[in-house]
Amino acid sequence: MKIAITSTGNSPESLLDHRFGRCAFFVVYDTESGATEFIPNPHKNAEDSAGPASVQMITSRKVNKIVSGEFGAKIKETLDSMKIQLIVLRKPGITIGRIIEMLNHANE
Amino acid sequence: MSPNLKRPRKILSPPPVKGFKPYGPDLDGKPAEPVMLLFEEYEALRLCDYDMLNHHHASQAMGVSRPTFTRIYASVRQKIARAFVEGRQITVEGGKVYFDSGWYHCSSCSCYFNNPEMEQATTACPLCGSNAIGKAEGEPVSAFEVADTNDLCICPACGLELLHQPGQPCGQQTCPSCHTRMRRKGTPGCRMP
Repeated sequence: MKIAITSTGNSPESLLDHRFGRCAFFVVYDTESGATEFIPNPHKNAEDSAGPASVQMITSRKVNKIVSGEFGAKIKETLDSMKIQLIVLRKPGITIGRIIEMLNHANE
Repeated sequence: MSPNLKRPRKILSPPPVKGFKPYGPDLDGKPAEPVMLLFEEYEALRLCDYDMLNHHHASQAMGVSRPTFTRIYASVRQKIARAFVEGRQITVEGGKVYFDSGWYHCSSCSCYFNNPEMEQATTACPLCGSNAIGKAEGEPVSAFEVADTNDLCICPACGLELLHQPGQPCGQQTCPSCHTRMRRKGTPGCRMP
């Protein structure tokens, strides 16, 4: 199972980005192999429709869950129809490494 | 010119069965082609004839315009009538729809999550695996909206100032001491005492 996390930087120490469409990096974490992949977000400075464009990019990698701080208005219905789970984390100052640790506990 | 994209129809509760079968002596051993009912048509029938909503309210519940809703409803009436008269089976499947999934809240890691697989119930938080989860009321509120506003509502008559509540228009609040409608502080037309 693959899980996408929005990140502010390209290392496990960087913080969770609280925006979904305009986050700096996407982290795709594979729970089976334990591999992480950092993808820079090309829609970071997009004027509009950054969310739907990011959804397209993320779903092309076949993720099942997305962790972010906030999802825009256009996102939920598209992801609902694709059966992708949204996880909204509002706690400030949480790192990517910590989230991956938490996800590992959940899957054990 | 390309036509407008078809809007996905919101389904609040999926049908409990996959379809309906007719019975009777004339129908034995005659496999008739079933009538295909779309999910959106089932939902239109449910909202209109079971929940007794009018077309306007039902269209808002499905996230489509009122004329579109009426077309969906007309189509389901026609299909059901055809199935009854011709003694066909009815199957419910397909359509451009999405199922509205509710939000859950985990009290152990204070995250919100939804459950897009409506058929399976969630028992554990997808993030920390804790079982301390419950249904969240409404959508998760934005942390930014609440933090960003330091605006004040002001009473134009007596000058009483209150902290503005996000999402509640000042004009709909009344002053607790003199019951005048409040204004946003600093907007034109507001008499500053």
